[in-house]
Amino acid sequence: MTAPVLSLSNISKRFGSLVANDAISLDLKAGEILALLGENGAGKSTLVSILFGHYTADAGTITVFGKPLPAGDPKAALAAGIGMVHQHFTLADNLSVLDNVMMGSESLWQPLTRRAAARAKLTQVGQRFGLGVDPDALVGKLSVGERQRVEILKALYRGARILILDEPTAVLTPQESEALFAVLSQMVAQGLSVIFISHKLVEVLKVSNRVAVLRAGKLVAQAEAHGTTQAQLAQWMVGHAVSPPQRKASQHTGEAVCVLQNVSTAQARERLNDASLTLHSGEIVAIAGVSGNGQVALAEVLCGTRRTTGGRIELMGRPFPQVPSELVALGVARIPEDRLGVGLVGDLPVWENAVSERLRSGAFSRASWVRRSAAQAYAKAVITHFDVRGGGPNTAARSLSGGNMQKLVLGRSLMHPGSLVEPDNAAFTPKLIVAHQPTWGLDIGAVAYVQQQLIAARDAGAAVLLISDDLDEVLTLGDRVAVMHGGHLSQAKAALDWSRESIGLAMAGAEGSTHAA
Amino acid sequence: MRLEKRLHSSALALVLAPIGAVAFTLLVSALLVLWAGAPVGQTYALLLQGAYGSVFALSETLTRAIPLMLTGLAATVAFKARLFNIGAEGQLYVGALAAVAVGGMHGGGGLDLPPAVLFVLMMLTAALAGALLLLGPALMKTRMGVDEVVTTLLLNFIVLLLVSLMLDGPMKDPTAMGWPQSVALLGDLELSKLIAQTRVHTGLLWAVTLAVALWALMNYTVLGFDIRALGANPRAAAFAGVPITRTVVVVALLSGGLAGLAGAIEVAGRTSYLTLDMSPGYGYSGIVIAMLAALHPLAVVVASVFVAGMLVGADSMSRAVGVPTFIADVIVAASLISVLVATLLTQYRVRWK
Repeated sequence: MTAPVLSLSNISKRFGSLVANDAISLDLKAGEILALLGENGAGKSTLVSILFGHYTADAGTITVFGKPLPAGDPKAALAAGIGMVHQHFTLADNLSVLDNVMMGSESLWQPLTRRAAARAKLTQVGQRFGLGVDPDALVGKLSVGERQRVEILKALYRGARILILDEPTAVLTPQESEALFAVLSQMVAQGLSVIFISHKLVEVLKVSNRVAVLRAGKLVAQAEAHGTTQAQLAQWMVGHAVSPPQRKASQHTGEAVCVLQNVSTAQARERLNDASLTLHSGEIVAIAGVSGNGQVALAEVLCGTRRTTGGRIELMGRPFPQVPSELVALGVARIPEDRLGVGLVGDLPVWENAVSERLRSGAFSRASWVRRSAAQAYAKAVITHFDVRGGGPNTAARSLSGGNMQKLVLGRSLMHPGSLVEPDNAAFTPKLIVAHQPTWGLDIGAVAYVQQQLIAARDAGAAVLLISDDLDEVLTLGDRVAVMHGGHLSQAKAALDWSRESIGLAMAGAEGSTHAA
Repeated sequence: MRLEKRLHSSALALVLAPIGAVAFTLLVSALLVLWAGAPVGQTYALLLQGAYGSVFALSETLTRAIPLMLTGLAATVAFKARLFNIGAEGQLYVGALAAVAVGGMHGGGGLDLPPAVLFVLMMLTAALAGALLLLGPALMKTRMGVDEVVTTLLLNFIVLLLVSLMLDGPMKDPTAMGWPQSVALLGDLELSKLIAQTRVHTGLLWAVTLAVALWALMNYTVLGFDIRALGANPRAAAFAGVPITRTVVVVALLSGGLAGLAGAIEVAGRTSYLTLDMSPGYGYSGIVIAMLAALHPLAVVVASVFVAGMLVGADSMSRAVGVPTFIADVIVAASLISVLVATLLTQYRVRWK
């Protein structure tokens, strides 16, 4: 074996009392794909940020191609040949591919740009690694998969020999992911090295040569990918054996709770375009799709925060009120995608967040004065029932961890204040649950908890709409699955009638597949 | 050098921050006093004595603090909702105009109503005038996304020209020997004095009452939650069902109304007529006070007394030791900056590498 191209030794980093990285030592060899695996908060991002110079390690050294890397200097990392592709792209939509790639790579003191030379180099790099993109295309017009290729090209153009990819498949269709893996193997075949950050076990085993697992800031395991099982990886990640979520089909599907007929919204970043869907009580309908195809619009319409411009929506036989407080009063539980950006007001205490969406109902206000003791009692009940840890009613919501924020959002939406008095009254169970990416960014334990709660609510008679970018989640939880593309919804079919291939084609908008029977 | 977010603000930092802010302010001001060639200790002593050292000094400080409290509250409620009302100065002047229009014109006797009714009408009109002046910018913000900082700021200059027009025209006092000043209020409408032989008037009670009322509104009512949620995270507020446009409009009416009242109370309590130089920038100082008070309505009362004290104290100090009165502006400005930096440092730590 050759000498490592990159060597981390004893990297430690703490934030206050939190140890984000604890004496991590890791080598990367030339021509290998190393998967960095770990739950959210395990320290993957911190480690990569240290490597790329965004953070300075408290202790430890980094050696790249035999030379020490100065700490806390992104420019030095770039110069040493480390390239990074972030999960959220850093591209200018209004510029061409070539401009995006060249941006920042030329000296300010250079009198003229050398576009012709840059174009030649870009084409050459693209051909070498099988990354074909039209240099003159406007980035804003490219698909997500193509934009990712531009990001990779950008890094390679700057001479990266070590490429770090942060959750690269999160935004791709299965087919696009395959294309990415092909590019990666071509790159390592030519001697480059790749660090591939992910929490998806399947693809980690498929794409990487070696896997390093982080847990709570420590490097807990390193193994060759070949011969390692998913169960083994999951156990390393979580620290104990995990049983994968079991598919439990709906027992009883009741009457239609919510009916969307040819619903459209105005064009914002994305829109609904003639979408139709029926949600029945006692079933989970899961929506798959590449993000950006109208899922946000669908969720916002059903949460009452976006107006429709056409079509009809009925909720339990009546017109759908497009007002959040009325929806909540009618028994719609809403779980938004972005907990801290939309679900919670981070600066306000937990108790105010717990009652915020029911503040206009009589339970928590009288003559526009807030009934503080009732609100505090309700917040405490939510905290107890849904096991919200890390703070009491008076803690600022911002200081909770992601999983606990989600439990708070879940708890307040599922728990009617009336059920504190009459736990068994059916009037207090939610009628419709709109869950948009409810497990996004949560650790395995919290994911299982949230999924169990949704299944339990379904079994109690709620109609559940689950919108998720995670295909595994869609296929495991959904009783019926519909695919969203270009703002349009395919017909919802039983989950077992979809194959990964057919769903991937529908996600990519393949002709005919969106209207499949 | 860069800032790193602290996970928790330590208790020590929370204690040290205000002490550090005060120390820094004193240090900067002391250097300027030394530069002016005056003894530092004596200057500070005179400053404090001139501000709070006698009944007369205190009464002058409180008199000056009354309009500051009201404009400070106006800025507080607006800024809490992220409606950046820079137009309290203009709203104060239209409030004063409205007060004179109701209580001073019509042949010098006001409208033909009992004084108590006329007084209430005068105050309501003044508040309404200020509120309506801010309503336009607020609606332009919610409907068309027009930046309220620009519109409210520019309205100040328009209002000052309007005041000038009125003082030389319909409101001109014929007995003022050509000075641009308005007719005086009906004597019955003037606020009574709190302490005999001083200028401090019952407007102080109004201002403090309004501060308490605003505090209760912000913390104990649904509207208060709406305002705080809207300011902290508008998207989450909308998700929770806060009526965004309505809340912005209510905040605008509250903020403009408070600033309008400041103008009416200043006329009814201190000047009894309106001139173009009635306010030495009370509207703008209100912003400083709101920030000093960290947008807490009760702290606005304290911050107003502090700022007013510095202004009044500097007047008497400069007569004695020859340090220019501008030192008061320096002290207020330095304290604002150091409070803001200190607050920042309780939330972030500085990394020098």
